[in-house]
Amino acid sequence: MNKILLMGNPNVGKSVVFSRLTGVHVIASNYPGTTVEFTKGYMRLGEEKFEIIDVPGTYTLEPTSRAEEVAMEMLTEAIKEEGDLVVNIVDATNLERNLNLTLQLLKKGIPVVVCLNLYDETKHTGIEIDVKRLEEILGIPVVPTCAITGEGIRRLISRLKDARANTYQYEEEERWHEIGRIVEKVQKVTHRHHTFLERLGDASIRPLTGVPIAVGIMYLTFKLIRFVGEGLIGYVFEPIFDLWANLMMKGSSLLGSSGFVHNILIGKLVDGEIDFVESMGLLTTGLFVPFAMVLPYVFAFYLVLSFLEDSGYLPRLGILIDNLMHKVGLHGLAIIPMLLGLGCNVPGALATRVLETRRERFIGATLMAIAVPCMAQIAMIVGLVGKAGARGLWLVFGTLFIVWIAIGILLNLILKGESPEIFVEIPPYRLPYFGALLKKLWMRTLGFLKEAVPYVLLGVLIVNILYALHIIEFIGKLAAPVVRGILGLPKEAVSALIIGFLRKDVAVGMLSPLGLSMNQLVVASVVLAMYFPCVATFAILVKELGVKDMLKSAVIMVASAILVGGILNSILK
Amino acid sequence: MERIDLTQMREGEEGIVVDIYGGHGLLRKLESLGLRVGVSAKKISAQFMRGPVTIRVGNTEVALGFGMARKVIVECKGVANE
Repeated sequence: MNKILLMGNPNVGKSVVFSRLTGVHVIASNYPGTTVEFTKGYMRLGEEKFEIIDVPGTYTLEPTSRAEEVAMEMLTEAIKEEGDLVVNIVDATNLERNLNLTLQLLKKGIPVVVCLNLYDETKHTGIEIDVKRLEEILGIPVVPTCAITGEGIRRLISRLKDARANTYQYEEEERWHEIGRIVEKVQKVTHRHHTFLERLGDASIRPLTGVPIAVGIMYLTFKLIRFVGEGLIGYVFEPIFDLWANLMMKGSSLLGSSGFVHNILIGKLVDGEIDFVESMGLLTTGLFVPFAMVLPYVFAFYLVLSFLEDSGYLPRLGILIDNLMHKVGLHGLAIIPMLLGLGCNVPGALATRVLETRRERFIGATLMAIAVPCMAQIAMIVGLVGKAGARGLWLVFGTLFIVWIAIGILLNLILKGESPEIFVEIPPYRLPYFGALLKKLWMRTLGFLKEAVPYVLLGVLIVNILYALHIIEFIGKLAAPVVRGILGLPKEAVSALIIGFLRKDVAVGMLSPLGLSMNQLVVASVVLAMYFPCVATFAILVKELGVKDMLKSAVIMVASAILVGGILNSILK
Repeated sequence: MERIDLTQMREGEEGIVVDIYGGHGLLRKLESLGLRVGVSAKKISAQFMRGPVTIRVGNTEVALGFGMARKVIVECKGVANE
């Protein structure tokens, strides 16, 4: 099967073109570097079937980053195959910069079609492009499109057969001059007014206006997540689980209200009733925690985050906090894996790839694993600690924030090397494409459920088995010096620490029946967040960091968890 | 006309890039986003305390760290009338 490679600069709507061509929607984001992993799909063209490859965004064929190296490798493979071709997606509002890649592609001697995307935006940016002339000069098809609305896509498909390996001749040293000459011939720029979005774009990267805007956005984000999350819980999931509880009570009496099977399926009854947090049955706690306590907040979080991503705000936030991030050995863009980590540490850990150096990836991954609790855990902590008032929540999240900064500063001092500087394109603000946004939200929510539900069920099952076999009691005795002596927690809390390897949300829930004081809850929540990543994150970190660095990172995690837990315990006591 | 670097430019000021003090790697990196000798650059913003500088080159906005920004030399008309 022949391949069609979609190649272009980041932020030109490549992923939207991809989903238009294949019908398979993929994650399409607005910040550079999001598609370090490539996506592929299939398209039928007459009798032939093509494999469509969404190549990572690249500015040039002289690789300056890992994503560009990947792009170059894919291209090299395609050049060897007879019949493969490239669809070069060009941002019509940035012709000059984009043609740099086009000319380099032409020089490779592979058939190319130019897709002049974002063509609709040229109108209000005062740009006029003579498409026909451009086609004549380059000697290959040039098709104007607006991928978001789908305009021009059909024409693009119909012209794929005209793809040609043109031998556009130019001297390598003269490339920019050559581009300049082409642009002069085909593009006219007229005076234009700044749009509202452009003014807003500038305002959000000037410190005096940008910082208040950032604070406002963060506040709104927080409010919106709470509003959506609480709304879903109150109006959707709690009513459903109320009905479910009735059903389960019937099942409970059928099973005789106790016994091993009953305890595994329904769990222990609390005062003769099912308690969805404390019962620890597969069908009660095992479903209630992921669906009714965690999912609503995860959904709300991804809704807001996907919007922020696709609107183009995140790189701006990265610039505003670049200085702070340098203090911990990272640069501004490292805020993106951290934010993703707040949703779930797994995609967060994957996103540390966008960081340039090994040192940065180590610091970023370690900081995230220690001090960035995932939404599942946050939701449970809010449910449990928040019951007794906001003070506990301030203590938990305030401590984690201080730990994030403190460990970051330490790592930055200890590790050799320095953090590279930020260098990033600031994409214009764009209203997100609703269809792509929904798809992305759906994929992420589904991803969470696939990741979470099996592990939650497994966790609940293991809790039951460990209790039935008295293993937790045994480990509890062994760990008592640390758990009771240093952290000031009852030895039963060790069960939560064991399950925390599997799922942090279940682990936090397991603190509920222990009758802990507010201060003990705070200590336990902080330690649970810090001491080790959950198994899913751990697996990714081993892959991304390598075994040796992961071990180093793990030592830092355990040591800092015990230290911070101990300090908290002695302060709060 | 005075030759200054990007960090010395004022917000809203425009200048022609005349020199970039850097190795081949840096030149290539900057060039990939359209920042090269001969182009016109307009300063959009700068963060406090030696933070990143944002400029507009053509239709692209680019943010670059303070150290990098210092290596990009521009010729500005505006400074003379200060």
